[in-house]
Amino acid sequence: MSNPTHLKYTKSHEWVRPEDDGTVTIGITHHAQELLGDMVFVELPQIGRKLAQKEECAVVESVKAAADVYAPIGGEVTTNNSDLESEPEKINQDAYSAWLFKLKPDSASDLDELLDATSYENLLENEEH
Amino acid sequence: MLKTTPLNQSHRAMNAKMVDFGGWDMPLHYGSQLDEHHQVRNDAGMFDVSHMLPIDIKGDDVRGFLRQLVANNVDKLTLPGKALYSCMLTPQGGVIDDLIIYFLSENWFRIVVNAGTADKDAAWINAKRDEIAPGLEILPRRDLAMIAIQGPNARAKVWQVISGAQSATENLKLFQSTTLNNYFIARTGYTGEDGFEIILPADDAATFWNELHAAGVAPAGLGARDTLRLEAGMNLYGQDMDETTSPMESGLTWTVDMKSERDFIGKQALTEKPVTQQLQGLVLLDRGVLRSHQKVVAQHNDNEFEGEITSGGFSPTINQSIALARLPSQISVGDEVNVMVRDKKLCAKVVKYPFVRNGKVLIEQ
Repeated sequence: MSNPTHLKYTKSHEWVRPEDDGTVTIGITHHAQELLGDMVFVELPQIGRKLAQKEECAVVESVKAAADVYAPIGGEVTTNNSDLESEPEKINQDAYSAWLFKLKPDSASDLDELLDATSYENLLENEEH
Repeated sequence: MLKTTPLNQSHRAMNAKMVDFGGWDMPLHYGSQLDEHHQVRNDAGMFDVSHMLPIDIKGDDVRGFLRQLVANNVDKLTLPGKALYSCMLTPQGGVIDDLIIYFLSENWFRIVVNAGTADKDAAWINAKRDEIAPGLEILPRRDLAMIAIQGPNARAKVWQVISGAQSATENLKLFQSTTLNNYFIARTGYTGEDGFEIILPADDAATFWNELHAAGVAPAGLGARDTLRLEAGMNLYGQDMDETTSPMESGLTWTVDMKSERDFIGKQALTEKPVTQQLQGLVLLDRGVLRSHQKVVAQHNDNEFEGEITSGGFSPTINQSIALARLPSQISVGDEVNVMVRDKKLCAKVVKYPFVRNGKVLIEQ
């Protein structure tokens, strides 16, 4: 599965989608869900929580392991996808529609530091070797 | 270089996600661990367990040797083909390994030991043979493969594949085995479901595996094997017990024969050592997932006690997290305890396990 080119990515396997209203939507990548396997539990950040860049802010757990999700950029949580709490398997079904939470960024320019799809795929290739 | 079983290519052909499992290249899953779990509970699945090691012990009075070597009493094995689950202990009463002993004849017993402990076990058994019964032959059987077919429809599927198997095995009770041509067929398993564990020549394994698949038996990986055995309340060596814990602290008191006069390695230490903790089942009441090594905190008569989860995970059948935990003996079934999960204290209930057997949830929810 290819990684959508309109998204930004992190080295820690989050994806970031800038929205028209200035917020960003955040999830974990297809590669991340594939590594973890069947998801069984998701813990999301509270609405209103202020996050620093790279702060641990969510947990996804599969049958196999727990993994932390890090804030790709700093900002305030505006909403979270609580549907995932009862249906964590949605992340396995389509990691790019099963978003975790949205942030109002502290600074929109922080987005420029993130990886584009090509750089992210290069990173994955290097991880495999 | 990882060790491989005779089914390595078969797993790869079925798109298995392969992992390093204690030095063995083994299938974790073939797409979805959860689907494989449900497949075994509801129908039939097959596991490659060829990394485990059958060891044949042959010669005069094998029984006399095993009476001393293991903690359970092989005198319970009166009918040829009968199997017995037992621990093998250190002189200090710690668990070297858990194993299954099959009684084939008075001069031939077969034991099956765990993969990770196989070398250690073989060395220990050889050393004890030299001391106790130097005439016996100890024969590790890496020329054999082992496939577990488990689930409510597992036996019927095996009967479709091996001609003559139905008449040869339909009267086998649980923990009995028989031999049919090249197949050693035992009604045993590690899932809490009915089924067989079949030992056969390594060269025949891939063909048999493919025939089972054609008969509708789905391959299942080590991931599903772990969630199934945890639901079934079956111990995993290295997690739920090891050389530092006694069987009594590990939920295995029922496998130790202290009644007979017989002396066995570790017996004296077990007699002398008080049991202060026990293995208990936990069901998580809050949301989250219990994992091994998480700390358990419990209150009893205004005193605080600590324990530890030995095996934890998500139970696909119950749809909630469950665990086995080693807890102080003051804590009993029905108590509520806290489990430290990252920075949170989650609430869990102590329950009698097994959690699931033969497709049915046994705990109250």
